[in-house]
Amino acid sequence: MKTRGATRNDRILLWGLRGASVLASSIVLLIVYFLLAESLPALRRIGIARFVTDGDWLPSTAEGENQYRLVPMLAATLLSTLGAVLIAAPAGLLSAVFCHFYAPKALATLQRRIVELLAGIPSVIYGFWGLVTLVPILQRLAPPGQNLLAGILVLTLMILPTIAMLASATLATIPQAHLQGAAALGLSRWTTLRGVVLPEAAPGLLIALLLGTMRAVGETMAVLMVCGNVVQIPTSLFDPVRTLTANIALEMGYATSEHRSVLFVSGLALMALVVLLIGLQRQFRRSVTLV
Amino acid sequence: MSRSTSRGARAKVADGLVQALVWGTAGTVSAVFLCLVGDLLWHGLAGIDLDFLTQGVERTGRAGGIFPILVSTFLILAVCLAVSIPIGLLTAILLSEFSRRNPTLSRLVGASLDVLAGVPSIVFGLFGNAFFCIALGMGFSILSGGLTLSCMVLPIFIRSVELGLRAVPSDYRLAGAALGMSHTSMLLKILLPAGAPGIAAGLMLGVGRALAETAALMFTSGYADRMPSSLMDSGRALSLHIYDLTQVTGGRPNAYASGVVLVALLLVINLLASWTVEHIVGGRVQRV
Repeated sequence: MKTRGATRNDRILLWGLRGASVLASSIVLLIVYFLLAESLPALRRIGIARFVTDGDWLPSTAEGENQYRLVPMLAATLLSTLGAVLIAAPAGLLSAVFCHFYAPKALATLQRRIVELLAGIPSVIYGFWGLVTLVPILQRLAPPGQNLLAGILVLTLMILPTIAMLASATLATIPQAHLQGAAALGLSRWTTLRGVVLPEAAPGLLIALLLGTMRAVGETMAVLMVCGNVVQIPTSLFDPVRTLTANIALEMGYATSEHRSVLFVSGLALMALVVLLIGLQRQFRRSVTLV
Repeated sequence: MSRSTSRGARAKVADGLVQALVWGTAGTVSAVFLCLVGDLLWHGLAGIDLDFLTQGVERTGRAGGIFPILVSTFLILAVCLAVSIPIGLLTAILLSEFSRRNPTLSRLVGASLDVLAGVPSIVFGLFGNAFFCIALGMGFSILSGGLTLSCMVLPIFIRSVELGLRAVPSDYRLAGAALGMSHTSMLLKILLPAGAPGIAAGLMLGVGRALAETAALMFTSGYADRMPSSLMDSGRALSLHIYDLTQVTGGRPNAYASGVVLVALLLVINLLASWTVEHIVGGRVQRV
């Protein structure tokens, strides 16, 4: 028995829901708008070309003589991400395989809990731990110890739980019948993994990898604390580097006018990278579910 | 015959190698975790006592306690939740209950939340600084920081509440409709109570993310380490305090202690979150 008051309430409710949804989804637009608005002065006055062709990163000399070479920071971001993904992807997969196919039940649960807890540790703690534990060890190999390798190792630790948890969720979707079939054929565990599990899990694993990459690209605190923050294109793993994110964190505090605008350009570049990865992932997810 | 045995032997070697690799990786992950937590507790626990938790910051953190930092952290968190809970709940209800009636809107909302979830935290920091601090004139304040965090937390909270609501069996909805209940009373009397575990889990995940966040707060809520007098005052979050302490010489003991406090807070929240999530999943499995 709907009264008139009830239908009016329903209408108010529906508009409330719509309003909140529009508000929630407009945040992304606001972010893009403010990034663009703040970057525009730099894009107009300096131009994209100079971010590549300038000789150096000298953002706060006398006005007019500033140089804004972003390439070293971009290289540091890409290299540290690449290194971390190269280690964390196989390690995360192996950790998930351990939980599903190798470990006794109690150990699998323990491993799962540990991975969950690792995922919950904040990046500033990873950075701190890297600084007090990892960096002194690397320092003995090659001073000063704060370098690209330290960044890669800390990033690896940070994205490993993401990859391991998603890989684990993918492995759980493999039909039991296929595994039983493999067992009935007398296949060894490795042959089952290679022939049955990995091909079936491949799409899900790729999505896990993309999400891990996304997390590594955007990470700030940990790389800020362990990478050494020297603006240069690294020639070895032991060179200190400064990523795009670390550069923003270091310089936003005092940057003004053109310099500030260039920092927003690097934020825009990060955003573009992330949107690209999300687009890839959504495209991929769609093509998977269609099959 | 000999060829097949050599192939069998090779398969056995490969099998053994992979097994070693799998166990080795799992062992390394656990060892690193134990090392991380052990190191933190070993150096940090000694520094925590009642004074540390109740005293003000002295000598830029080298001495004294973290009381004002804790107050700022909780105020930032409170602002964040006060904004994200109502907006998040309403959006999640639209996505789970009314998406068929608003297909275009729900698809757009879903896509934009996916992107929002992937935005790097430092970009949230840039945005919060440009929008809340400067365009809206809030300056470096707890309010700016909390609002920036609420933008970050929304996608996680919404997704979790949406899942929780979707897990409510459709019989409940049909029964409600058969009784002639309005959408509003169905929502208040059936869906929200039944979806409560999802809401609780989302809340915990959101709080966890907000507490862990550092980079987004650097240029929004700022570094002031005194007691905040209002929401318009700058206040330093616990995670940012840890970073700051690594930058001052002699700050490490207190950085360790603050780290233990932060990780302990997060641990409690994460355990609560995974407990509620398992609770939901358990309920769903039971029904099938």
